[in-house]
Amino acid sequence: MSKELRIGEIVAGHFHREGPLLPILHEVQEEFGCVDAESEALIAKALNWSRADVHGVVSFYHDFLANPDPRPEVQICRAEACKARGIESMMDEAQQAAGDRVKLSAVYCLGLCSAGPAARMGETLHARLDTGSLASLIENA
Amino acid sequence: MTQTIVRISDDALARAVGADALAAAFEKQGCDVQRTSSWGMHWLEPLVEIDGKGFGPATLADVDAILSGTSDRAIGAIEDHPFIARQQRLTFARAGKTRPLSLEDYEGTGGWSGLKRARQIGSDAIIEEVTRSGLRGRGGAGFPAGIKWRTVANAVGDRKYIVCNADEGDSGTFADRMMMEGDPYALIEGMAIAGEAVGALKGFVYIRSEYPDAIRKMERAAQLCAHIIAPFEVEIRVGAGAYVCGEETSLLNSLEGVRGEVRAKPPLPAIRGLFGRPTVVNNVLTLSAVPHILGEGGANDYEALGMGRSKGTMPIQLAGNIKHGGLYEAAFGVTLGELVNDIGGGTHSGRPVKAVQVGGPLGAYLPPEQFDIVFDYEAYTAADALIGHGGITVFDDTADMGSMARFAMEFCAAESCGKCTPCRIGSVRGIELIDRILAGKETGGGRQPDRIELSPVMQNAPKRGRTAEEEIELLTDLCETMKFGSLCALGGFTPYPVLSALKHWPQDFTGEAVAERELGTVPGGKGA
Ligand SMILES: Cc1cc2nc3c(=O)[nH]c(=O)nc-3n(C[C@H](O)[C@H](O)[C@H](O)COP(=O)(O)O)c2cc1C
Ligand code: SF4
Ligand code: FES
Repeated sequence: MSKELRIGEIVAGHFHREGPLLPILHEVQEEFGCVDAESEALIAKALNWSRADVHGVVSFYHDFLANPDPRPEVQICRAEACKARGIESMMDEAQQAAGDRVKLSAVYCLGLCSAGPAARMGETLHARLDTGSLASLIENA
Repeated sequence: MTQTIVRISDDALARAVGADALAAAFEKQGCDVQRTSSWGMHWLEPLVEIDGKGFGPATLADVDAILSGTSDRAIGAIEDHPFIARQQRLTFARAGKTRPLSLEDYEGTGGWSGLKRARQIGSDAIIEEVTRSGLRGRGGAGFPAGIKWRTVANAVGDRKYIVCNADEGDSGTFADRMMMEGDPYALIEGMAIAGEAVGALKGFVYIRSEYPDAIRKMERAAQLCAHIIAPFEVEIRVGAGAYVCGEETSLLNSLEGVRGEVRAKPPLPAIRGLFGRPTVVNNVLTLSAVPHILGEGGANDYEALGMGRSKGTMPIQLAGNIKHGGLYEAAFGVTLGELVNDIGGGTHSGRPVKAVQVGGPLGAYLPPEQFDIVFDYEAYTAADALIGHGGITVFDDTADMGSMARFAMEFCAAESCGKCTPCRIGSVRGIELIDRILAGKETGGGRQPDRIELSPVMQNAPKRGRTAEEEIELLTDLCETMKFGSLCALGGFTPYPVLSALKHWPQDFTGEAVAERELGTVPGGKGA
């Protein structure tokens, strides 16, 4: 199926909802790994919005990426409670374990603040990490 | 032989430390494993419960010993554990006790009785009871829920909405997450009661995307109880990683599908909210407290707890470098020292406590000297601090408060919605300024004038550079501008962690020598 048709389908699937754009963007991001300029144009057309309107929304939120990144991703919490439990001193080794192969991104709180440091891979959460377990999590990503 | 019933939480935190594998192991041993909500004793997760007795933190290696009764992980009867016994759980009454998605468990523990009663007594009486209970918004601002509901009930609109703010962006907080994952029907019941009170038929729950488990459970719960709450309807929406979307007007924009920029108030969302219609925006904990309040006599019971104008109980979250972290629901009035030392058991690392941040990333850092401050909205405001969403993040003496202050500015810069200058630009200037100050720590502080300052057109720029004292004065001045010139609390409250860190730990900014010299001279400094 062409991208145009698929995005048309996604938009149609949410069109009846009040304020459909965020659910649409989530599904496009999920399916194509990004919401690129082409997708923005297609979504804008299907909703009868201007491309600028859609781009403004896409670029506002951290979750939507302009380009796909094929690398596996590990999100590491860098917020206060995890800092208090030492995440910053573990980041050098984490970067080393990641190299160019794994994408490490910062998130600000996963709601596991009493048992940090915490990380997330896809739908799976990890807590009480130490330098070793974080590195092996990244190596196995 | 009867099967042993083993209860293990399916809360995200328990799962993040191995509860799923543990549950599978007990099943393999022929046990009947029930996945319940979490008791909130997070240092003991995964916690295994058999006949009311607890074992934790349990690993796969402990399974056999637990079943044969010889495990050294035994903590005795869970309900008698001091951490639980000392609490007054109203909002979290079911925590640890029920299976989150079981309608049978929910009804069996008094579920839906608040909604039933609400439907009998009608709009006016519901709002009257919520007002009488003294319930205030648990999302941060502490606005009385009853007054907000009254405004929406009186507002004219062809449709009205109930919006549940489940963005829980504050680090150090997780009570909303635990509520949604552990007792989702209580939140939905609270929303349905709010709908009954103000005349709304539609509710949205806006959940941050960092909470996959909560999203999944709330979606399922909304389906399973649709017939009970009808004609009221609940729809789950997922955020997209913007902290500022926790601010209520930004959240409404996000729900509408536009940029999550903060709106100027007035008009209040209660008058013109979602799609321009009258809208109740309440935090998860505010709405989840409602079913209890609407129970027979609930409003009076609630009002009888707490102190001053802070009524009822607050689910407090003990986080960061703390030995006994988790969820602690208590009546207002408990002191910070009790929370951190007696209940929390001090630091996880065993080192002395250096600082405690209360109220998330926008909350002040408090030193142990202020541990007698009582949990009360007004007491915290008076101390230039805030309760916020009730998160308490503990730091030991290895924490560097200069870098924590820098982080506060960094976070503000990353998450600013961009609408107003003091926040959008001030936070970036704040990072640069703190970097300069920290860089001067080794050299004794101060800095040389830069190329721009030296150029003749910069007539007002000092040509001799700045002393450390002057740099700090500049930072204080910037913070004042952000405090009074920002539209919302992101820009307006970021100065609290920065200034409190500067006030109590000046040596972390400028080094010991300068801090000594400065005492008493820095505006907002210790001696001021
Ligand atoms: C930057 C910012 C972030 C906020 N984040 C949240 C949040 O994550 N959850 C929340 O309930 N309230 C948050 N608030 C407060 C909301 O604006 C609003 O006061 C609250 O949702 C009202 O509900 P309540 O009266 O039940 O507390 C935030 C406010 C600001 C300024
Ligand atoms: S203070 Fe910051 S987040 Fe709030 S409205 Fe202004 S720019 Fe937006
Ligand atoms: S601060 Fe890291 S999980 Fe909350």
